[in-house]
Amino acid sequence: MSQIEGTVDNPKRALREQDRSMPDKENRAIFAVNAQRRKLKEQVFYYLIFLATLSALFVLVYLIGSIFSDGWPYLNWDFLTNFPSRFPAKAGFKSAIYGTAWLGCLTLFFSVLFGVGSAVYLQELSAKGRLSSGIELSIATLAGVPSIIYGMLGLGIFVRFLALGRSVLAGALTLSLLILPVIIIASREALKSVPDSIRMGAFALGATRWQTVRDHVLPAAIPGIATGVILAMARSIGEAAPLILLGALTYIAFVPESVFDSFTAMPIQIFNWASRPQAQFHDLAAAGIIVLLGFLLICNSAAIILRSRWRAK
Amino acid sequence: MSSKSQLWAKVSPWQRWREELVLRALFICALISVFTTLGIIYILFGESLQFFAHVSPLDFFFGREWAPMFEPRSFGVLPLVSGTMLIAVGALVIALPLGVGIAIYTAEYATGRWQKILKPTLEILAGIPSVVYGYFALNKITPLLQAIYPDTEVFNAASASLVIAIMILPTIASICDDSIRAVPKAVRDGAYALGTRKSEVIAHIVVPSALSGILASFILAFSRAIGETMAVTLAAGATPKLTLNPFEGVQAMTAYIAQVSMGDVSHGSIEYQSIFAVGLVLFLMTLGMNLLSQFIVKRYARKYE
Repeated sequence: MSQIEGTVDNPKRALREQDRSMPDKENRAIFAVNAQRRKLKEQVFYYLIFLATLSALFVLVYLIGSIFSDGWPYLNWDFLTNFPSRFPAKAGFKSAIYGTAWLGCLTLFFSVLFGVGSAVYLQELSAKGRLSSGIELSIATLAGVPSIIYGMLGLGIFVRFLALGRSVLAGALTLSLLILPVIIIASREALKSVPDSIRMGAFALGATRWQTVRDHVLPAAIPGIATGVILAMARSIGEAAPLILLGALTYIAFVPESVFDSFTAMPIQIFNWASRPQAQFHDLAAAGIIVLLGFLLICNSAAIILRSRWRAK
Repeated sequence: MSSKSQLWAKVSPWQRWREELVLRALFICALISVFTTLGIIYILFGESLQFFAHVSPLDFFFGREWAPMFEPRSFGVLPLVSGTMLIAVGALVIALPLGVGIAIYTAEYATGRWQKILKPTLEILAGIPSVVYGYFALNKITPLLQAIYPDTEVFNAASASLVIAIMILPTIASICDDSIRAVPKAVRDGAYALGTRKSEVIAHIVVPSALSGILASFILAFSRAIGETMAVTLAAGATPKLTLNPFEGVQAMTAYIAQVSMGDVSHGSIEYQSIFAVGLVLFLMTLGMNLLSQFIVKRYARKYE
């Protein structure tokens, strides 16, 4: 349709003019069947969906807000440096913080070693065959196994069979297995996104496959891998169910000094306090949750910063 | 493997040896997943077989009473399964409409600022540990429910359902969001050309097209809800009961496993073996659901040219 004069800057007027210039204005009513009712329905639909979305936001704000209002008064230096106690006024979070730090470091070591290793093997080096499709199938299966089942595996293999007892090492190995599928899947995605031209370039210069992967593909994939690893670590820090299965829910008033010492962890201590009947312990649990969420916040911010830094490069 | 294609390049014997070594080492890393899977199956079946030597499978799968600690002992798993199902179905009924609604909003309506708020919100909700949700259910949701419906018990299935609904909401929303976005523009444009409104396009064209992804997300979320432990243990209680009343306390399968391992149960006793039998049921249920959701995605995903 030709442009009506003087309507370039005024779309409303343009529509009106178009209306007037159309030959059979009344026949266009076929496009406006039940127009009023449908318009109303559209608005109802929109507000229902908007309400659903707002509810998620509201829940998050209420959750964080209520935990902070309960736990904040209890959060002081004594809380961070005291050991757990039967008396709420003296109870602290120290052994849990140390336990989680030990677990976190060991889990990071094992899961990066094995997780990135398997991702590199599957994505870069393996021959596509029945064996690697078997490995892929088992990774897909493991990704859907509930965390408590990993606890049973850890109890059977690490605590009993390898006789590691209820040690930090057994806990860390169990958590590593738990987050292994997450790390493998994230690392493979990162490796997949490295363009083939980099590999071709390295091969053309006579690099072997491992040299290519080590010097060119892996460095290019590190931001993606690191992001995946950090997010997986954040998951393992908050995980309590497998550790409870290993028997970590005991009164621990010391800090682990070797990998064979028994331990407690932040989510377990929180669970312990939250499951007691006295209300004061519930507030302690809230204070513990604030510390735990703080840890997770640091993890996630690290992931975000890392991602943006590498992108800038 | 590299030597054949690179005859012109210098590959020293040491390099060739190193290539082999690295390949072997990484292969062993990759095998860990296989061993983990086999280990889970071996442990669950092995201990369960010992359990079934004492308790007949018929009594276990069809018995209506679960009393492993007191005489006379009774190992009927149905109360635990029904407890898990009551909580998980409740969670799904709440999370399902909300999740799809959020997915439609983020995929179709949200612009600029809202998008910037919503994505992190869902990510944070997904990242909060389940023990935190358990605390929230016990201390905030249950008092709220008691204020509305005074007969609510301190430990009840409804509060667990509510927090698990919050936990699985991000899963549902993000998978549905992806599958809604995957519906091509041409399909929508066709509908718009026929004079339909946006809400009609979404309800009659986009959502049915994305149905396979939406269905898969439900099943995945359901399997997550079944396997959830800490919130269920804290909020739903420890009384195995065959009931459909969400305001009563029930015991879920995961809660039983956690309860036994928190107490002092000696290795080799029948209580110890019973958690592996319950774990086996749990494992098979979640495995079946995950396979089903993969099947749905593969079989019913619409292919667009």
